[in-house]
Amino acid sequence: MSATCSIPFNGTPEQEKKLNTVIEKYKDVSGSLISVLHEAQEIYGYLPIEVQKMVSEGINVPLAEIYGVVSFYSQFTIKPKGKYKVAVCLGTACYVKGAGEIIDRIKTRLGIEEGDCSADGKFSLDATRCIGACGLAPVVTVNDDVYGRLVPDDIDGILDKYTD
Amino acid sequence: MEREVITMKLARSHVLVCGGTGCTSSGSEKLLPEFDIQLEKAGIKNEVSVVKTGCFGLCALGPIVIVYPEGAFYSMVKIEDVKTIVTEHLLKGRIVKELLYDDSIDGAAIKPLKDVDFYKKQLRIALKNCGVIDPEEIDEYIAFDGYKALGRVLTEMEPKQVIDIIKQSKLRGRGGAGFPTAIKWEFAANQPEGKKYVCCNADEGDPGAFMDRSVLEGDPHSVIEAMAIAAYAIGSDEGYIYIRAEYPIAVRRLNIAIEQAKKYGLLGKNIFGTDFSFDLSLRLGAGAFVCGEETALITSIEGKRGEPRPRPPFPAVEGLWGKPTILNNVETYANIPQIILNGAEWFLGIGTEKSKGTKVFALGGKINNTGLVEVPMGTTLREIVEEIGGGIPNGKKFKAAQTGGPSGGCIPTELIDTPIDYDSLIEIGAMMGSGGLIVMDEDSCMVDIAKFFLKFTVDESCGKCVPCRIGTKRMLEILEKITSGKGTVEDIENLKKLAGSVKSSSLCGLGQTAPNPVLSTLKYFEDEYMAHVIEKRCPAGVCKDLLRYIIDKEKCKGCGICAKHCPVTAISGELKKPYEIDQQMCIKCGVCEIKCPFKAISRK
Repeated sequence: MSATCSIPFNGTPEQEKKLNTVIEKYKDVSGSLISVLHEAQEIYGYLPIEVQKMVSEGINVPLAEIYGVVSFYSQFTIKPKGKYKVAVCLGTACYVKGAGEIIDRIKTRLGIEEGDCSADGKFSLDATRCIGACGLAPVVTVNDDVYGRLVPDDIDGILDKYTD
Repeated sequence: MEREVITMKLARSHVLVCGGTGCTSSGSEKLLPEFDIQLEKAGIKNEVSVVKTGCFGLCALGPIVIVYPEGAFYSMVKIEDVKTIVTEHLLKGRIVKELLYDDSIDGAAIKPLKDVDFYKKQLRIALKNCGVIDPEEIDEYIAFDGYKALGRVLTEMEPKQVIDIIKQSKLRGRGGAGFPTAIKWEFAANQPEGKKYVCCNADEGDPGAFMDRSVLEGDPHSVIEAMAIAAYAIGSDEGYIYIRAEYPIAVRRLNIAIEQAKKYGLLGKNIFGTDFSFDLSLRLGAGAFVCGEETALITSIEGKRGEPRPRPPFPAVEGLWGKPTILNNVETYANIPQIILNGAEWFLGIGTEKSKGTKVFALGGKINNTGLVEVPMGTTLREIVEEIGGGIPNGKKFKAAQTGGPSGGCIPTELIDTPIDYDSLIEIGAMMGSGGLIVMDEDSCMVDIAKFFLKFTVDESCGKCVPCRIGTKRMLEILEKITSGKGTVEDIENLKKLAGSVKSSSLCGLGQTAPNPVLSTLKYFEDEYMAHVIEKRCPAGVCKDLLRYIIDKEKCKGCGICAKHCPVTAISGELKKPYEIDQQMCIKCGVCEIKCPFKAISRK
């Protein structure tokens, strides 16, 4: 993994307040680390080391253990995501129907690899596990928008919609 | 208890709009408010009830809308079609034929749904309520005999009798390996009294499988009810559903369902006025395939890295937080209330000798009717692919079906008439798995498919044991060598040997089954592997490094369009004379093939 857009951490006091509420809620619940991390990622969009430290101190779990969990699960990300999160489903149904060519086309167009974010912070690209919309294979999502039954030539038209 | 009963009001027509993930992705959410607007405009809002249901199964044709009492099956409904359906069908009583699903039209009449090819051979037990009720309304579940099984169990049966019924029914776990459900329950029940847990595995990680998600989205209460029944049978008072965070709709509906069940006193203290209490909560997964393995899943519920541990002790003896725990899959649970209500005898009457009941499959890949199907065990692959699935698109030929995802194998054409059950699949080197069934046609390269699955397991291997962590990686490297044209016959031998070692020495099910896709493609398609290593050719034309794009001199008119579009200027020639591709420079992007107006370029 390269750190194409390793922008410095700039959490706001509001975010920290929200995180503290989450920590308060789960502090005494055993086995709640994953739930805390899910909500922390909701708040910050990603889990940089600064956030992991706050969680560690808040729920009294060693930072090493937290980093271990964050790096184990693919839903957790240490790198920030772009304004538009482009995700290509690489489930079997999508793969058999040509998702490989779709992701290649997006990589060329955005000039980034999987897991990275474009330099202007606008687009990030991920290959995801099956999202279960196999009837529409191959599928690409951009934030909450779902695009299905795609061919590589559709990609430009889709990405052109996200200009602002 | 005071409550409003709005969902059960009498309406002359019911409009069921699919709210499953497939149809939602193709825009079904937008249809609901549009129906409201159009019904209001037509002044018949009070006469027609619009219900958002779970999955109807035919995801390829979504969004799907079914209008009762006629049973009109509208497919690929667009927002502008809503007005037509309201003004023509609902107001004037004229079914809008041009919007109906083709196969549901029979001359001048429309066929009842049960006669449509897609549904004809299906038998819905686990999916009984999917696409029938509104999953967000507990009253609708109750109206379809919901929580009746739990009531019967709690008020009329001893825990042992419950286990006995499940044992007699011969129900086997639907999560993959097919372990008898009642045996697990019995182990846990026989542990000394004290804290015990009931867990549900809803971490459906197989790529291309969405059976469990559809049950949870379409009928969440059936799983909640079954877990309460299981808790009563083993003497537990607390349960967890471990669900993938990638399934937002299912998570939302489960949360709603748990809240409603609590409000109705069907979860919580003293259920049905008995001494039995049961509480249930959700735990979200965070994207790790290995968490589908039971010991890994339990570790993950505890908030740790989801790594498996050796068994025994089995979870039924020592599970969550060291307490006896039973863990069943979503589809297994969905069968339980039906078995209690209809009896073991009824269940025994369905399926094959050793595999009773039905199995839900997620049909995907190169098949016309992509979607969700539930068939009795023993249905042949041919029936599923050709009759229910509607065959292969674009007139292509069936090559193989892959079951069991990264743990499974493929079923080639010559075995298409095998009746599918747990044991027959193991015999031919595949496995039931959770029920993903991906169809492949002649354009799919089997070496590439094996590589795809191995890449998946390499990514998902938790790294705890060496055979899986390093063995799968070395296997993947060999496959990459083969697909890039550098493979040798010796590589294939090494691949087989390595597969055997990984299979026999890995710690958990993930590693032990990881070589299956390779072994089964080698078994049935060794010639394809040989073509890659000896002739340096990919017969299906998938492996890029082995492809050659060739211009057919007879067909080429010398227009130069290919040369204009080639990104690396590998094509040259004189106008009006046949062009040529420089194979050294060609990067095999395929643009020329797409752009050629005379179809003179092909890949070999």
